Amino acid sequence: MALLVRLAGDVDVAEEAVQEAFAVAAERWPRDGTPPSPAGWLITTARNKLIDRNRREAARPGRHAEALLLHAPDEPAEEGAVPDDRLRLIFTCCHPALGEGARIALTLRLLGGLTTGEIARAFLVGEATVAQRIVRAKAKIRDARIPYRVPSDADLPGRLSSVLAVVYLIFNEGYLSGSGDPVRDDLCAEAIRLGRLLAELMPDEPEVLGLLALMLLIHSRRAARVTPGGSLVLLADQDRVLWDRDLIAEGQALVRRCLRRNRPGPYQIQAAINAVHSDAPTDWRQVVRLYDQHLALAPTPVVALHRAVAVAEVDGPAAALGLLDDLDLDSHHLFHAVRADLLRRLGRDEEAAHAYEAALDRTENPAEQEVLRGRLAKLHPREK
Amino acid sequence: MKNYLLGMYQPEGPVPGPEIMDRVMAEVGALRRELESAGSWVFGDGLHDPATATVLRASGNEVLMTDGPFAEGKEHLGGIVILRAADLDAALEWGRRYAEAVGLPVEVRPFATEAGD
Repeated sequence: MALLVRLAGDVDVAEEAVQEAFAVAAERWPRDGTPPSPAGWLITTARNKLIDRNRREAARPGRHAEALLLHAPDEPAEEGAVPDDRLRLIFTCCHPALGEGARIALTLRLLGGLTTGEIARAFLVGEATVAQRIVRAKAKIRDARIPYRVPSDADLPGRLSSVLAVVYLIFNEGYLSGSGDPVRDDLCAEAIRLGRLLAELMPDEPEVLGLLALMLLIHSRRAARVTPGGSLVLLADQDRVLWDRDLIAEGQALVRRCLRRNRPGPYQIQAAINAVHSDAPTDWRQVVRLYDQHLALAPTPVVALHRAVAVAEVDGPAAALGLLDDLDLDSHHLFHAVRADLLRRLGRDEEAAHAYEAALDRTENPAEQEVLRGRLAKLHPREK
Repeated sequence: MKNYLLGMYQPEGPVPGPEIMDRVMAEVGALRRELESAGSWVFGDGLHDPATATVLRASGNEVLMTDGPFAEGKEHLGGIVILRAADLDAALEWGRRYAEAVGLPVEVRPFATEAGD
């Protein structure tokens, strides 16, 4: 075995060769009879398998360090707008033919440089699960020949949105973890680092800048958002002195850059909304206008829910409550939390209590649960 | 180059009438000609109904024969195309056009061996 490992330079590869040799033996020995020296026969066969393999590997041209992990690229080097290895790797890792979990794990592993264990802890899944996702994704990249390149201009918008979605999912998982720690700073930092990398590699894509601005502006409130005891503080109650002015300035400058481009997209609009929130007092009319624009681009119930929150500040809670009726968001904890707040402001405490309880049933984040329980407890005591 | 299998999955039950099928066949025919002129066409055809299938299973010294498809299901493989493409993106683009033309889910799957240049 040691001889084979030395020849292969890799334990896994050597093991594979031995297994292949055994497979050949299992097929041949019953038919042709056992050779005089079975062990010697196995070693020779495994060594031949290794030599074949090395020949095949050596025949592949133009190997890149990263691509070594993935597959052997044999495409010419000039396709795509930005000939950068990291950018190609991002597009490969976030290819829509890979599952979402695999895209996130691959991106964090190969571009973020997190270990498999760190990724597993961040997403509260087993290390073996993450390792398996990465192995499977790499095998699919190799076997299905997912290309290692920046997509053509025609495919870029769709493929870029897959990349941005992966980065934003990583950020969101850090910002509002599904459970466990209320905030995962490592994931937020990783997402912002990836966002900066993308902005550096694709400075002409306004949505790339929009996503970076959005993450910076949300992250600027990090220190004010969680008390030292780990409780969440809602935006209206935050101590603005704790906001990070440098991040706000950087985010707002990016938003202005996007506005000059005049090619609005969902990330840019969300960044603009957060830029408005970063100036006191919040201009809610402008927030509603931005949500109108967001809703026109992305007509989803979640966007409509956020718009309703802004409408409540401009037209009052009754108007906002009416907007919630048609939204199909029963499984979404935020829907119930927003509804509960509006009912509370209208003095409909009994209904508000039911809504807070519905929201509590639908989130596992302990900090969010605490906020909801606090609100529930402040309602006028109900008759039992 | 690599060979890819496009598998088209159709639901149980009668196929649509000629008013729909004529258009589908015309579009599929145009796609085939386009694949041929691109040098990417390997093989393709529709399959008869799963009821026409026969399954053989080796068991000891004999091979058992059963009537009907290997797997019963609400969907079955209705037709295949084998094409040569540079990479998955190219194969997916053809697959997308087949999915639009036939209105059925299309599974794109790579063959194990390299197809040469």
